[in-house]
Amino acid sequence: MSDVGEKASPAEETEREAAPAQPMAASGRFRVDIRLASLLGVLVVLCAVGYFLKPDSFLSESNVSSMLRLAAAIGVVSVGMTFVIIAAGIDLSVGSMVALASVWMTTYATQEMGMFVMVLCALAVGLGAGLVNGVLIAYGRVVPFIATLAMYASARGLAERLSNRETQTVSVTSYNEFFRGDILGIPVLIWMLAVVFAIGWVVLNRTTFGRRTFAIGGNAEAARLAGINVKLHTALVYGIAGLCCGIAAIMVVARTTSGSSTNGMFYELDAIAAVVIGGTLLSGGRGTLIGTLIGVLIFTVVNSIFTQNNLQTDVQNIAKGVIIIVAVLLQYGTTRNRKT
Amino acid sequence: MKEPVNEPGEVLLTMSGIVKTFPGVRALDGVDLEVRAGEVHCLLGQNGAGKSTLIKVLSGAHQPDEGEIRWLDRPARFSSPDAALRIGVATMYQELDLVEGLSVAENIFLGHEPHTLGFARRGLMRARARELMRRLGHPEIPPGREVGLLSAAGQQLVSMARALAHDARLIIMDEPTAALAADEVDNLFRVVADLTAEGVAVVYISHRLEEIRRIGHRVTVLKDGRTVGTNLAADTPTSELVNLMSGRQVETVFPHREANTTDVTDEVLAVEGLTRAGEFSDVSFTVRAGEIVGIAGLVGAGRSEVLETVFGARRADAGTVTVNGRRLRNGSVTAAVAAGVGLAPEERKSQALLLDQAVASNVILASLPAFSRGGFSDLAREYRVSREMLERLDLRPPDPRREVRTFSGGNQQKVVVARWLVRECTLLLLDEPTRGVDVGARAELYGLIHELAASGVAVVLVSSEVPEVLGLSDRVLVMREGRLLTEAPANELTEAAVLDMVMEGSEVVL
Repeated sequence: MSDVGEKASPAEETEREAAPAQPMAASGRFRVDIRLASLLGVLVVLCAVGYFLKPDSFLSESNVSSMLRLAAAIGVVSVGMTFVIIAAGIDLSVGSMVALASVWMTTYATQEMGMFVMVLCALAVGLGAGLVNGVLIAYGRVVPFIATLAMYASARGLAERLSNRETQTVSVTSYNEFFRGDILGIPVLIWMLAVVFAIGWVVLNRTTFGRRTFAIGGNAEAARLAGINVKLHTALVYGIAGLCCGIAAIMVVARTTSGSSTNGMFYELDAIAAVVIGGTLLSGGRGTLIGTLIGVLIFTVVNSIFTQNNLQTDVQNIAKGVIIIVAVLLQYGTTRNRKT
Repeated sequence: MKEPVNEPGEVLLTMSGIVKTFPGVRALDGVDLEVRAGEVHCLLGQNGAGKSTLIKVLSGAHQPDEGEIRWLDRPARFSSPDAALRIGVATMYQELDLVEGLSVAENIFLGHEPHTLGFARRGLMRARARELMRRLGHPEIPPGREVGLLSAAGQQLVSMARALAHDARLIIMDEPTAALAADEVDNLFRVVADLTAEGVAVVYISHRLEEIRRIGHRVTVLKDGRTVGTNLAADTPTSELVNLMSGRQVETVFPHREANTTDVTDEVLAVEGLTRAGEFSDVSFTVRAGEIVGIAGLVGAGRSEVLETVFGARRADAGTVTVNGRRLRNGSVTAAVAAGVGLAPEERKSQALLLDQAVASNVILASLPAFSRGGFSDLAREYRVSREMLERLDLRPPDPRREVRTFSGGNQQKVVVARWLVRECTLLLLDEPTRGVDVGARAELYGLIHELAASGVAVVLVSSEVPEVLGLSDRVLVMREGRLLTEAPANELTEAAVLDMVMEGSEVVL
């Protein structure tokens, strides 16, 4: 009831001497973002540590190239995940979708039809699975956590059925030659990450689609009452995540020259971790792709440091956990002046 | 059975000269109230008269700036809700504060569960809950039942049982019948009668005069945060009560406005037979270009629901909405927006704004395609147009990059209006546009609404504040219980006449 109690609310919402507003990702002008700067700082420190421990090999061309090639697939998956999380959703099924697409594109039947069909197959499978997620969530009103948990289980199950749990080696030489090769001296996988990232950045920050994604994640009801078709848009966002998984499958298959139902294990956790480290809020409405990319690179550098120094994966996992917490606490520190 | 130990007729509570100010608003400006044991004391007043603030002072949620509270003839301080409860004042808020997933017993004892060494004594809790429900005349409600499964009336009883579990000697009931059906109301009144027979005092707030006559003993009337009538008998004539409540001093002067005299009957909105089961039925009205039509009525009369249905945010069960000669698709916001309709919804923060995002993002939210070429955003134009709009609406500072969260309520409302101005809508639906807006910003919003109408926009305005509806509108629709009661030019209506129609149980004077 709007009584004087309501009138009283200016008490709480009177203009604060507010901290400068968070520069919009789409500000179109270069602005120093403290959070991104601190993330970048973490990355630089980690690189310095790597260099200090192995001065000869860490920053060598071959190690940098192999680090980036390893980062490429998970980077592409994280781009899709960033869209989903900015729209206030979550996708637990990305790893399974990568597995399914990698298996489907490498069956004998698909391989016989050549490289282009293989690529199209991976893209279609990823997009299709993502849209199934999206339709269930947007139109079936299934909670994202549950809908994608179901896809997490069933997509990998389907991949196991399709492949009989066997590793399907790629014998299409044109595929291997192209995707394992270089363009202008840079591996194709790294080009793919760069292109996906660039397209993702433009779509998120420079198109109406991206603006709607931020709006839906920030306040879905407000978006709906502004005439935005929230359901259709939500479905498409999950479709994008699936499409990114299809692209990642192409990359994983190229790197390992095989398709397997065990591909993409724990990608969902790595991708969510990278997105969160990158400063995207799990509650939606805020986030940057640049942050996500730095998040991915931080993990890659850590992995490289550990493998180069022959450390066990158990230590590596502990370090990952610590990094997630430290990075997130650092960001809370820099945003504490904002009252939420 | 434990009996509260109030002597019948004993003066329990005296408040005198209570003042409470918030920035920009003097919510309470000298309230006097006296409550005796065993009476039902009714509080009457329009929206904004200070009832809610008074309840919050009584329940310990707000501290008064001035004035004296005496409890059993000794000075008392209700320093927190907990302190008020310990003294013996319990409040049943209009929006029930129950945890739906917990059981009846758990809700009744929430926060003060009987325990031994930290272990909840569930058996004792249930037994005491059962006894309380029996005392309230509803032994059939089992203490183990989940509260979310109970009817509105059942939940009300649980809320009341909670008050009794604290051995409350004074229970404040804020519009307890708003969500109840007729037979449930009868039961509530029986319970209230039993309570008062035991010596418990009840402060009862309702807009339904009929109820006040049925169970009230004395009436206190508030206006502009002041007590204008106290210790009135419950059978005081309606006209006298309405006279006391009306004639509010509105701090804002409504800008002078030339009555809309266009002969052209370019009807922008035509609503016919609009119905939503349980909310409103058979609502028909039209709005012409440049006209401001106000809808007066109490909260729950169906005003906001009508607006949201016109806008397509709710699906109509029957009836049609025609905008600029074209019938709108039922239940489609997208269609309404495409047809040139805009809505500034009641809950600004949860329904309209992207609080964490820049003003510009909020302003262009409904016009994204117009600010893009081939799907790509034209950011430069976005900022330019947003800045122009902010300057036109006098939003300070006119920085389109600033987060909406950092602006005051009035400025946030301007952002919402700006969104529809940028969209160049021909019909603007405003739901409680001045809620949570301070006096200065109110005047600016009023001016803005007039300016819009002058430029040919058709405006539908919903407000709980009768003077606001009368002061702003050309034509006024009065709604009560989901029905359109009257339609009349604003200058033919008086505040008292509208109030009288709006409140149930009073005779219609028109």
